[in-house]
Amino acid sequence: MNLDPQIPEGPIADKWDNHRFSSKLVNPANKRKYRIIVVGSGLAGGAAAATLGELGYQVDCFCYQDTPRRAHSIAAQGGINAAKNYQNDGDSIHRLFYDTVKGGDFRSREANVYRLAQNSTNIIDQCVAQGVPFAREYGGLLANRSFGGAQVSRTFYARGQTGQQLLLGAYSALSRQIASGQVQMHTRHEMLDLVTVDGHAKGIITRNLVSGSTDAWTADAVLICTGGYGNVYYLSTNAAGCNVTATYRAHRRGAGFANPCFTQIHPTCIPVAGDHQSKLTLMSESLRNDGRVWVPLDGKNCDKNPNDIAEELRDYFLERKYPSFGNLAPRDISSRSAKEACDESRGVGPGGRGVYLDFADSISRLGESAIRERYGNLFQMYERITGEDAYKRPMRIYPAIHYTMGGLWVDYNLQSTVPGCFVLGEANFSDHGANRLGASALMQGLSDGYFVIPYTVGNYLASTGAGTISPDGPEVKEVLESVKERTSQLLSISGKKSARSYHKQLGQIMWEYAGMARNATGLQKAIGEIQDLRDHFQNNLLVPGTGDRLNVELERAGRVRDFIDFGELLCRDALERNESCGGHFREEYQTKEGEATRDDENFAHAAVWEYKGEGKTPVRHQEELQYENVKLAVRSYK
Amino acid sequence: MKLTLKIWRQSGPAENGSFESHVLDDVSEDSSFLEMLDQLNEQLLKQGDEPVAFDHDCREGICGTCSLTINGYAHGPENSTTTCQLHMRKFNNGETVTIEPFRAKAFPVVRDLIVDRSAFDRIIQSGGFISVRTGSAPDGNSIPISKVDADKAMDAAACIGCGACVASCKNASAMLFTSAKAAHLNLLPQGQAEKDARVINMVNTMDDSGFGNCRNYGECSAACPKDISLDYIAKLNRDHAKARIKEIFS
Repeated sequence: MNLDPQIPEGPIADKWDNHRFSSKLVNPANKRKYRIIVVGSGLAGGAAAATLGELGYQVDCFCYQDTPRRAHSIAAQGGINAAKNYQNDGDSIHRLFYDTVKGGDFRSREANVYRLAQNSTNIIDQCVAQGVPFAREYGGLLANRSFGGAQVSRTFYARGQTGQQLLLGAYSALSRQIASGQVQMHTRHEMLDLVTVDGHAKGIITRNLVSGSTDAWTADAVLICTGGYGNVYYLSTNAAGCNVTATYRAHRRGAGFANPCFTQIHPTCIPVAGDHQSKLTLMSESLRNDGRVWVPLDGKNCDKNPNDIAEELRDYFLERKYPSFGNLAPRDISSRSAKEACDESRGVGPGGRGVYLDFADSISRLGESAIRERYGNLFQMYERITGEDAYKRPMRIYPAIHYTMGGLWVDYNLQSTVPGCFVLGEANFSDHGANRLGASALMQGLSDGYFVIPYTVGNYLASTGAGTISPDGPEVKEVLESVKERTSQLLSISGKKSARSYHKQLGQIMWEYAGMARNATGLQKAIGEIQDLRDHFQNNLLVPGTGDRLNVELERAGRVRDFIDFGELLCRDALERNESCGGHFREEYQTKEGEATRDDENFAHAAVWEYKGEGKTPVRHQEELQYENVKLAVRSYK
Repeated sequence: MKLTLKIWRQSGPAENGSFESHVLDDVSEDSSFLEMLDQLNEQLLKQGDEPVAFDHDCREGICGTCSLTINGYAHGPENSTTTCQLHMRKFNNGETVTIEPFRAKAFPVVRDLIVDRSAFDRIIQSGGFISVRTGSAPDGNSIPISKVDADKAMDAAACIGCGACVASCKNASAMLFTSAKAAHLNLLPQGQAEKDARVINMVNTMDDSGFGNCRNYGECSAACPKDISLDYIAKLNRDHAKARIKEIFS
């Protein structure tokens, strides 16, 4: 597997400039001869499709939703970082670069992150010009807030709906290209396979989710922008439809999958209420500014009304363990501490999986109206979901899977190990290392889509020459037939168990053994259980109806089948990474105080998995990460 | 809790649909309305029946995918709430709940409770954008925008495009959606250059898509999960009149 990252020569600040100059260009008159497929219409896919269409390429864009405006980027709340230094508080491109590499626990690629920081400023300009209604100060200039432990205020935001507004911006730009005919939009289409010819990506196979027809689409390049794989845990903050199928199918066709074990847990989500639960809802981390996290000292008191538990019978465990950061300890550390408390049978609420986030002190200090002003909408959301009034009774919170840093391996050009197959946004692995900082996901999606891919895909196309293959060619037919066969196989099992029930079971295995804390014994056990689950699935799945029309159960079955295989890969990756870093915490590798112990000597690399065939063990490769501009250091929050 | 569900089934746009009744037991009052439907579908699967098809995605009230007319109300009887955020504790044990798709000529039924809302996309494609090339934008702070205008634009931009406004209007008018989308851009300095063409094209597309006329009943705003104000309809009418007058005299 060729893992040359293609990092351009020169000092880090000049690499992107140098690269853009040395990249080949496609003559404006020739652009229309090239066809590009974009899968996914979120920030990365929507921005890429709009920009490439605008440049004159013929673009086909696909999404599983009924309209491109509903991609899950829409749910991002907090904001988007940019090194504008509008606050004059010492920010710079280099500082954003440094914060991102450090926040990623030194497992990301320096050159990619630097480019991301450089592009961040253009993104804000672009979005403002599109009409994104960012928050403003009274003087009319853009407002900023601080976020995610950064020491500068560099986060731009549109109330608590920043993702929505940025996506609507990209969607409006995309809509303009659809109207002009440059982009053909295919909604309610799901990518089910990647077509390669002589090792190059030349098309995809989709299923039309309404008519059920399976079709081949060919192009000169394929861009996969299909987001992350958090739903492998069944319960996550992802949308119900988010899935790993597009990236996993590309992986099966030769694209290396990097660092699948790097998953991010968000500490302040509303806990699971019961077996009916289908998703978890995130509440802004800002709540931790005024709430105190605690559980009863004695597990016997867990069922008592929290207001009746005396102060001396409470354990404010974050304040106790991390006196200087207290309730504001970073995401991974806060999450693990909550899990530990619950593992000691001191958790509260249904199933004992929850800890209190108590506002009583802040309310008595600042008054209820001050708290209402700061967090009113969050308290309302909490009330809607749990039926409890958090002004009167402490909130219950628990961590949940929120974002996945791993993804398909890409080089500096965002090209996967399959030439012509590019991967953008959360679907790739490159920028966040082992942990993503708040307000950086939106930045990366838009940087990849608006400002990176237009250059790098042009360079690839100029080197290969135009020549979309026929959708009737033998290579395409073969893949098409294999997809059809897989669909009919899923329909023919005729067992008794629904795809959702398998998904739930998989999620339980993943959360138990590959969730917030992992160990070798557990991970080995998980791999065995997932293999058993796959056998059971293959023999007992029930998919009603037929494949030639809208069939939601069939869609789900295909996605769950890929999640099962992928879950095994994630566990393997976690098992091989014998260190703790960022979102990956291995219980064997921690200090006496319970802090993560990174192993830079042996694991300062991206682990890239190569698919070897059905039922065969995948092979692990490494891209060594070079740190020339940042000194590796220990993250400490004591 | 135990519920009787009167639920619309329709196998395709050209077929006739009808109500089907199902009794669902052991519904947790903590589950959301969509989780209750998940439970119904698991029950249908066990009985060897086909699950009910319905649209949903983020399940946190922002993507606008979920729809449903519940007991006659778009997104159910709760104010400022999408169906995915509606919880079963708002219903009573033993209640009969009627569930229908969003009904409008411009939103044909795809299957069961799923409707085709692509007419909204066509309205946006006809003018719901600011024509700016990637890379050609001036610095973000080069045009100061008053906080008042920015906030008003944001209020309009909060529309999630779910279509509850259309489903709750007896004329199936899309004025609230179209006006919110136009106002978001028309309120900002960046949106001025294309303002007149925008309103004329968007209104034309809206009319051509089969939506009815607005009679200011106000049901749309009452049903809107994001509380989009009727003021934007008034603004669209003004902007449209001005644009038409300019068109006539130019």
